[in-house]
Amino acid sequence: MDKTIRNFAIGLALLIILAPLGLLAVGETFGEWGSGELKEKLGYVPSGLEGLSSFWRAPIPDYALPGDESQTGTVAAYILSAAIGVVVCGGALYLIGKKVAKD
Amino acid sequence: MHIPDGYLGPYTYIAMWIIMIPVWYYAGKKLSTELKSKQVPLLALAAAFSFVIMMFNIPVPGGSTGHAVGAAIIGIVLGPWAAVIAISVALVLQALMFGDGGVTTIAANCFNMAAVMPFSAYYVYRLISKNSEVASYRRVIAAAIAGYISLTLAAAFTGFEFGIQPLLHQSATGVPLYMPYSLGVTLPAMLLEHAFGFSIIEALVTALIFAYIQKTDTSILYGEESRIKIKKDPRANTA
Repeated sequence: MDKTIRNFAIGLALLIILAPLGLLAVGETFGEWGSGELKEKLGYVPSGLEGLSSFWRAPIPDYALPGDESQTGTVAAYILSAAIGVVVCGGALYLIGKKVAKD
Repeated sequence: MHIPDGYLGPYTYIAMWIIMIPVWYYAGKKLSTELKSKQVPLLALAAAFSFVIMMFNIPVPGGSTGHAVGAAIIGIVLGPWAAVIAISVALVLQALMFGDGGVTTIAANCFNMAAVMPFSAYYVYRLISKNSEVASYRRVIAAAIAGYISLTLAAAFTGFEFGIQPLLHQSATGVPLYMPYSLGVTLPAMLLEHAFGFSIIEALVTALIFAYIQKTDTSILYGEESRIKIKKDPRANTA
């Protein structure tokens, strides 16, 4: 059990480092267009969509630090985001789990 | 597959919150009664894994990009209810911190990726596994098919939620207010790019991790211990 967990954790660390490979895929995701892309496609931005689209401002939008668009900056921000995700998700579940787990 | 704010109108996103709140509540209750301390590190790893695997964007022909979710293997290993919690935490963080997926649409995204996926994956895996040996090759195939079907199904749900928007919400002159494309566009778009792309990746990821667990420690698999207990106590089977 412990060895398996350790190896999973190593695998996860590798995934964090390799995460920037995910940046290589350039393109638009269906149903995740920004207002600009929608305007280009349709000639207008649906009004309800436009209103709701600014519902939330994420601090690290699209796993990138706003303002830094250099390649190194993008890669570093992507790795940092992956690390934040792993620490926060793993940490949250670990704490919740410890609290509720039996035996 | 992460639906941003604005693509679903209030009828749909509110309905999804109404569906998901009891699902989360029940999943939480189930977790607190069934989780054993030795599973805690695995649960934490699962949420973290799901978060990271979704960052691996993959291009498909046609210019779209997407990713695996990891929900199938999590559903198989931890059981579907624990998977609901683990993947939901990842999705909530993605929405709040990174703007990947909307906030109004958190429940919809959790429904598609954190509920439909682990449940369909788990039951497909069980159905195909039947009573085969835990270490059998059949189980690897079962895991792969579970990964493939579960992500394709989640894509179908997402496509459906997108596609009903023009029917539910339009201006007085008939202009769509939210997702502008109808079912005839959204369903095939979501289904095709997943069935011929991302679902294959999900199948590979699921089978690979499953085969690794087979070789190392099958005792971490959900249900492998309780199935022995069921034989002794038939009442335990109701879950």
